[in-house]
Order: sequence, then C-alpha cells, then structure tokens
Amino acid sequence: MANIPQRIIHEYLRHDKKFPHVWCAGCSNGIVLGAIIRAIASMNLDRDDIVMVSGIGCSSRMPVYVDFNTLHTLHGRSIAYATGVKLHKPNLKVIVVTGDGDCTAIGGNHLIHAARRNIDLKVILINNNIYGMTGGQCSPTTPHEAVATTAPYGNIEPDFNVCNLAMGAGASFVARTTAFHVQEMQGIIKDAMDHPGFSLIEVVSACPVIFGRLNKKGGAPQMMKDFRDNSIPLAAVDKLPPEKVEGKIIRGILRREIRPEYTAQYADLVKRVQAKEGE
Amino acid sequence: MPKKEIKSKAAPKPKKESIAVKPESKLSELEATRERKNVLMQGNEAVAYGALDAGVNFFAGYPITPSTEVAEILAAELPKRGGTFIQMEDEIASICAITGASLAGAKSLTATSGPGFSLMQEGIGFAKITETPCVVVNVQRMGPSTGMPTSPAQGDMMQAKWGSHGDSPAIVLYPATVKESYELTIRAVNLSEKYRTCVILLLDEVIGHMREAVKLPDMANVRVINRIKPTVPPHWYKHYDENQKYLSPLASYGEGYRFHVTGLTHDSHGFPTNKSSEAAEMMARLRKKIDYNIRDLVQIESYQMEDAKIAIFTAGITARAAKAAIAMARYEGIKVGLLRPLTIWPFPDDAVRKMLRNVETVIVPELNQGQLIHEIQRLTKDKSDGNLIPIQRVDGQLITPNDILRKIKEVS
Repeated sequence: MANIPQRIIHEYLRHDKKFPHVWCAGCSNGIVLGAIIRAIASMNLDRDDIVMVSGIGCSSRMPVYVDFNTLHTLHGRSIAYATGVKLHKPNLKVIVVTGDGDCTAIGGNHLIHAARRNIDLKVILINNNIYGMTGGQCSPTTPHEAVATTAPYGNIEPDFNVCNLAMGAGASFVARTTAFHVQEMQGIIKDAMDHPGFSLIEVVSACPVIFGRLNKKGGAPQMMKDFRDNSIPLAAVDKLPPEKVEGKIIRGILRREIRPEYTAQYADLVKRVQAKEGE
Repeated sequence: MPKKEIKSKAAPKPKKESIAVKPESKLSELEATRERKNVLMQGNEAVAYGALDAGVNFFAGYPITPSTEVAEILAAELPKRGGTFIQMEDEIASICAITGASLAGAKSLTATSGPGFSLMQEGIGFAKITETPCVVVNVQRMGPSTGMPTSPAQGDMMQAKWGSHGDSPAIVLYPATVKESYELTIRAVNLSEKYRTCVILLLDEVIGHMREAVKLPDMANVRVINRIKPTVPPHWYKHYDENQKYLSPLASYGEGYRFHVTGLTHDSHGFPTNKSSEAAEMMARLRKKIDYNIRDLVQIESYQMEDAKIAIFTAGITARAAKAAIAMARYEGIKVGLLRPLTIWPFPDDAVRKMLRNVETVIVPELNQGQLIHEIQRLTKDKSDGNLIPIQRVDGQLITPNDILRKIKEVS
C-alpha cells in the first residue's frame, strides 16, 4: 500500500455514507467545506456541539457530508431553523451554510432579522452568483448584464452587495473572502466562530460549469485566477487610488464589533423575570 | 387522554444534558402543587395554559388575529418557567424555529390563524417528513385570504389535512369548549411527542375569544408524554428506527448522536435517498404511524345517539349549536343525536359507519361550503343523497340552534 497521509478533513466526513458528493468538477463548495473543517479542527471544538444547518441549493448540500449534528432544511429557511436550535440550546455552535439565492432572495427576510437580533449564528454564504442546482437562473447577486438562463439577454437588475446588506441590518461580524484565498477563509471562519454574535462570511465562489460557461469565464482555473487578480484586501483599499478599487472584490473582515447577543440577552431576561417572581 | 405515560430512558451519553437544561423556576414548583380554582378563561388562554402544563418550553410566533393572545400569554409566562419565547419575522420563520428547537430537544408550539397557517404549510410538511414533534394551533377565521379576521369560520378543515404538498397523514384535533381547548392542547403536545409529528389544533374564532368558567385540573392530574429517547450508543442510532407500532426514539442535537435531518426523502438513518424501495418504506412509515394507532388517535363524542333516527355530525362551535337544537327537538319528541369528532384527522371512519347503520338521516352543519360532509359522503355509498343534509354558512355568522332545529323538523 502506498503511504497515503490521513488528512484532518477525513476525520470529519461521513465517508461511508454520502460519497461521492453531488458537486461538479471545479465547484468551490468543496474548498469552503475543507476550510470550515480545518478551522473547526484547529479550534478543538467538540463536534457533538456543532450544528450545521442549510437550506436548498448546491452549497446547502454540505451538511450531509460532515459528521456534525446536521440539518438540511427548506429553501431560504436555514437561518430560521438555526434560530430555533440556537435559542433552545445556546451552548451549541450553529453554522449556517447557504447560497446567494437561498440567503438573499427567498431567505432575505430571515437574514436581515437574524442580523438585527445579533443571534450567534455563523452564516457562511457561498456566493456563486447563480442558481446552480436548478440549472443557472439569475440570483440577486448575478451581476448587472451577466447572462443566466432566466436572463438570456443579460440581467437588467442591479445585484446585492451582500456584506453591505448584512451590515445595514446590524450584523456584528461581516467578512468577505474568495474561494481562491483558502488560508484567509480559514482564518476568517475561526474569527467568526470566536465572535459572540451574528456573523456573516461571504465567500465569492466559482460555478464554472454553469455561471462560468454562460458568461465565458474560461473555466475553473481561470475563475480562480480572476479571484486572485480582481480582489484586494481591505487593508490595501485606503492606499490605492479609487479607480483601482472600482469593481474589485474587497476581502477581509469588514466589521467586527461587540454588541449584546440575543441568546445572552434572553438568558438575562429569564434571570430578571425569575428573580422578580421569587420576591 | 392516552393512558400510559411514556418515560424517557437515560441516554448513553448524558454529558450534555446539564448544559442544555435551563434553570427550573420556583414558579414551576409552586404550579405543580397549587390547587386550581374555578376561573373565567378565554379559549386562547386555555391553549396557552394547556401548552405550559404539557411542558411546552419553546414558542415562536407572529401576531395575527384571532390567535394573538396565545403568544401574548406565553411571552409573559414562558420566561418565568425558564422557557423560550420569540416573536419571529413571519409565520414561515415561526414554524421553522419551533421545528429547529424541537430537534434540539424542546417541546415547541406556535399559534396562528388562516393566512399564517397557509404560510406555514411547507414547514408543516417538513416537520412531518422529518418526524419532528411540534404543535401548530390554528384559530380559524373567515377566509379566503384576509377575509373577515374577527369572524368565525370552519374553512381550514381540509387545509389542515391536505395543506402541505405531497401525501402527509395528519393528526388534527378540534375542541368545542374552553375547557376542551386546554385538554386538547395537552393532548396535541402529547401526541406530537409520541408520534413524532406536527399535530394541528383547530379552534373556532369564537372559541378562541369566548370566556367560560373553567376549573383546570391540578398539575398532579395532568398526564404528560415525553418523546422516547434512544438507549443505543450513537453509532447504532437510526433517526427513524420504528418499533411494531411505528414509534421511534428521538435523539436531540448536542447529545452525541450527530444525526442528519433532511426534507429530502430519506432512509432510516435520515440520509437522502433516490432508491424507490427506501422511498416507499419512508412513505409507508409516515402512513402506518397513523393507521396502526387509529384507536389511540381518534376521539369522538356521542351525544343522545342511542335511540336517534336523525344524527347531526359536526365539530367545534357548530356542535354546541347542535346540542341546543337537539334539546329543543327532543322536547318535541324528535329522536335526534350528535356525533362530534374531537379528532377530525384521522377521520373517525368506524364511528361514522356505525352511525350511518343506525340512523335514517344525517345533518352536517358546518361553517364552510362543504368539507366534513364529503367525508360522510365517502362512507355513504349505499345511501341516497337525500339522507345527507348539509347546512352551510360562510357569512361570518354562526349557524344557530334554530337553523339546525328547522332542518331537523324538515327531515323528521
């Protein structure tokens, strides 16, 4: 037998149950899955305490592969289910894996209200700019003028800036990275796991088979190169002239602030009410 | 009320329990021993207190007339008992949150009315296919759409059974009094825990808002059923591992079982499947869980039926009008009785067949354009339509005892 090293991710996958996975060659979802697992492994978290919740879509297929407590829910509703789990057992670490359509179209309402409440959910939004699972329809993050099967003549709608949306709604931790920047992604996931409050990480990702083909992006390797060349770290933004920032993907932690977390506030409320009852 | 209490057995890995359990309050201790007095109470209040007595410790909901009082009372009472109340952004989020909480081990409930009930249907289907206990209370109002928010109707009986897409057998309870609203709320929670499904409680608007004198039972007399917990080690655990009666143990998130839950058609471990054999097995289990336990699920009231030649079949508030009509008709010597389902789904086929054998005419009054009557029709193949008499009203008003009496006299 060849000497094949055991990788950390293999310890966390349900290898005997659900492989091969459903994702296409060149898809970024596996990269994100690897980063999540390595981040969690490096934090020594007990996997019994981790719940991964998702909705419907390509990225939302992720929970079935990992050996955590997993919940694959309805289209757009992952954050609402996760709210129930977290609120009943605040000691659990609840990660929501979602896509651009799942989270910002059908699930947009749940996103903004969870952000407003600042409930301690870690939302990892894998943004591939398209509905992949249903075959390439236009999503709220499909760029203006990009082609989708439901926008065959080019998308006339403007797209969402997901991070700005989350910040506007009150999220206390907001970050953006790309599928190319794996180390950075891992670090950001760790930071989010440590952050006591609603966290949203947008991972700009590649769907070479559908979005890439429809928009002539040149295949998976080229799309990854584009992420490398067309993104700049937040720290560099101020040093660059505005024309060099225009149209680029800005990476990094865009907001990290401490404000009262929902389940902690609810625990305080219970204490307060019970103390009054005891009088 | 089911006779046997199912106690949860100790899980093999109880280490997480201590963190999960919220602090017990002094109030719950007091409540457990307090002798209860006769009080004037609304149907919605009775639902809220029934939920608390059944052990509900998680409520997520959204304001809607005429069910809002349930949320308001639980917002005040749950924190006192260490339970959780959250007002969600809509009814969809509410059904999702109670399902998520239930998977984390909570006993959960939400309350709504027609428009919210429509929004919840996809989530109800999810709770059923994933066999997650939860209760949805629908205080029915006049529809369709926004309709008449403060007027009664019994228009959601079929939606309660068929509202969610795909075949998903339903358990739906239907009280007729304030006291029964309390009792059936407890029963709904108990059945949801026992059968691992979303149980629906249908109230009429007037029952939700009507006040009646009620003496709730002392807590010592309330039978509470808790879900069966697995006794096997985690690697043996199957999320859908049924016994002969199709009842399966249920682990919670954070207890070491690390199971998968999906709305996709799944195998007995909970993992998605495209195999026809496994799909058929899953669908059969959902069905048999109800069919094999029909005696435990069905509850009916048979009122003055012993010598009846005319039977009235109806539920909820309309059954109360029927009872008044029966008293008046009997005074005039007409032999008429009432068969009233407290469980409308699964439908009490056997009781209805027995009724049809013994009477000449069946009157079905209901506050809709004909819903329960179709179920009777299904069972009356050998009788002509002339013997099945509808009384239907959909103008936001109740069917009165006189409306029913008039019909009784017409047919007698």
